[in-house]
Amino acid sequence: MSTQLLTVEHLSVALSTSRGSFKAVDDVSLTVGTGEIVGIAGESGSGKTMTALTLLGLLPHGARTAGSVRFDGTELLTSTQRALRKIRGRQIAMVSQDPATSLHPILTVERQLTEHMRHHLGVSKSEARTRAIDLLATVRIPDPEQALSTYPGQFSGGMRQRIAIAVALACEPRLLLADEPTTALDVTVQAGILRLLQRLREERGLAVVIITHDLGVMSALADRVCVMYGGRMAEVGPRSEILAQPRHPYTRGLLDALPHPEAGAAELRPIAGSPPSLGKVPSGCPFHPRCPSAQPRCSTDRPELLPIAPGHLLACPVDPLKVPSAAGSGGGA
Amino acid sequence: MGVDLALEGPAGASGLLAGDAAGDQRGNLPGDLQAAKKRSSLPWRQPLAIVGMVVVLAWIVVAIFAPLIAPSDPLAQDFVQLKAPSAEHWLGTDELGRDVLSRIIYGARVSLPLAVLLVLGAMIFGTILGSLAGFFGGWVDAVGMRLADIVFAFPGIILAMAVAAALGPELLNAVLAVIVVSWPAYARLVRGLVLSARGSQYVIASRLLGASPLRALVVDIRPNVLGPILVMASLDVGNAVLLLSGLSFLGLGAQPPTAEWGAMVAAGAQNFDKWWIGLFPGLAILTVVLAFNFIGDSLRDALDPRTAKALRD
Repeated sequence: MSTQLLTVEHLSVALSTSRGSFKAVDDVSLTVGTGEIVGIAGESGSGKTMTALTLLGLLPHGARTAGSVRFDGTELLTSTQRALRKIRGRQIAMVSQDPATSLHPILTVERQLTEHMRHHLGVSKSEARTRAIDLLATVRIPDPEQALSTYPGQFSGGMRQRIAIAVALACEPRLLLADEPTTALDVTVQAGILRLLQRLREERGLAVVIITHDLGVMSALADRVCVMYGGRMAEVGPRSEILAQPRHPYTRGLLDALPHPEAGAAELRPIAGSPPSLGKVPSGCPFHPRCPSAQPRCSTDRPELLPIAPGHLLACPVDPLKVPSAAGSGGGA
Repeated sequence: MGVDLALEGPAGASGLLAGDAAGDQRGNLPGDLQAAKKRSSLPWRQPLAIVGMVVVLAWIVVAIFAPLIAPSDPLAQDFVQLKAPSAEHWLGTDELGRDVLSRIIYGARVSLPLAVLLVLGAMIFGTILGSLAGFFGGWVDAVGMRLADIVFAFPGIILAMAVAAALGPELLNAVLAVIVVSWPAYARLVRGLVLSARGSQYVIASRLLGASPLRALVVDIRPNVLGPILVMASLDVGNAVLLLSGLSFLGLGAQPPTAEWGAMVAAGAQNFDKWWIGLFPGLAILTVVLAFNFIGDSLRDALDPRTAKALRD
């Protein structure tokens, strides 16, 4: 982790709507080193995708940002669109969550796979084509040569998702933002894609930020995990610590809501309530209305993100390890 | 959307997508392309569309071969004035002793190309403004759409009259005037289409790969806009013929002695008892306007997923 590829410091994104301006991302700090896989977890609306789009400078109209995003020494937030276009796709690529719609329906796979290669890398048409065939083979598309001349509509969802990943990887970016890369896919395809990301990390030193609400995916892949709630960071730490010993009640809730092979027929415990909508983030700790171990001060004092172990930060003053009901006996719910 | 492009087939471009896809597929068409192929033949099955196309084609032939078809020079005042239709002058002669049939035939050379020209003008201007407004939003959107609102606030023919009068009564000015009143409809439509396409995943995805806004607009979004715009344009040609003739009727368009249908109807209105002078050019306008409307309507039905499905079953 000595070479930090991406450093996000105190990033905030405010969206202005007709009802005022709301913070979709609130004081998020994150680092990603070369070859590192960092997971961002959280329910829908917790600011995960917004964080990723901010890194690439693609925000809705009227969004304002604060803080700093440095990629390989370049500050991205203040870069011009022209400079950002050179980074997008070339240095940082993103796989968006919906495979069915992220490919243009009426352009051939070849066009979509080679156009940015030729633009960013300046390779010839035939070389781009050769590379495209290799890429499709890498993501295990059968008969890649023939696949080039077809349209996205002729592939299944899983294949389209793999093509979308091939498109993102075409210019050999150094950082891949994978936004829910495996939702909408069946488990076998999901495993294949996760293995692919793993392999690319090992072979090319690809750094990956993987955004998901699925902690199962996270556990298979991520070196470090960042849990977000209501646009803020709840807990960050090494995967093993977060998954084995979650300290934030929200992280614990996410894990409890996940089926586990070892747990047998044990009942799954969902987190009560639903995540706050934009502009209705509660005061104090955003999670307190749903938190099983909330205390009166949680509704007024905003918890600070404090280190509790090397590389492990927590934004919760109520350390669950010290609360008797937290042992998982069911008293928490 | 690309599938829909094939539907422009009846207008004479059926090879557009069908050619691409068929070439690559070698007969192994997937479901939606097959459906499109089936659908693309639909307008042919609609009798009104066929009537419209036959009429328009006939008028185009007439316009192209006017010198061969017309029995006499449209400007020659060689004949007895105000003569009722007869074997010699099928549609009679006008107040200056000119052959009405010849004038109607030559009139097609004025109305048709100008109508197409002005629809193209309005379409191009409206499309550019609308797509910029929809894509960039913010003040570009505000300025463009308020401009459109201002034009929309006036009744079309009144505004066109004002513009034509201000520019001076001349045929080209009349064309300009009609463009001024008809572009906002295109701008509105395109803006809406671009707005919805802009938020689609594949447009965002291409931006994320480093595509410039212009590329996103031209390559990714254009196909979503093309179909509806062409439908609207085909409906609008009839409208344009009508507006242009209207301006000429009011003396703000074509000037004598040009053979123009609207101006001929105006002459007919001054000799009201000589019914043939006004009636036949009026019928010419009617047939062209109706024909373009038929074509536009059936194109729209075929392109609209809801009606298209009903037609297919």
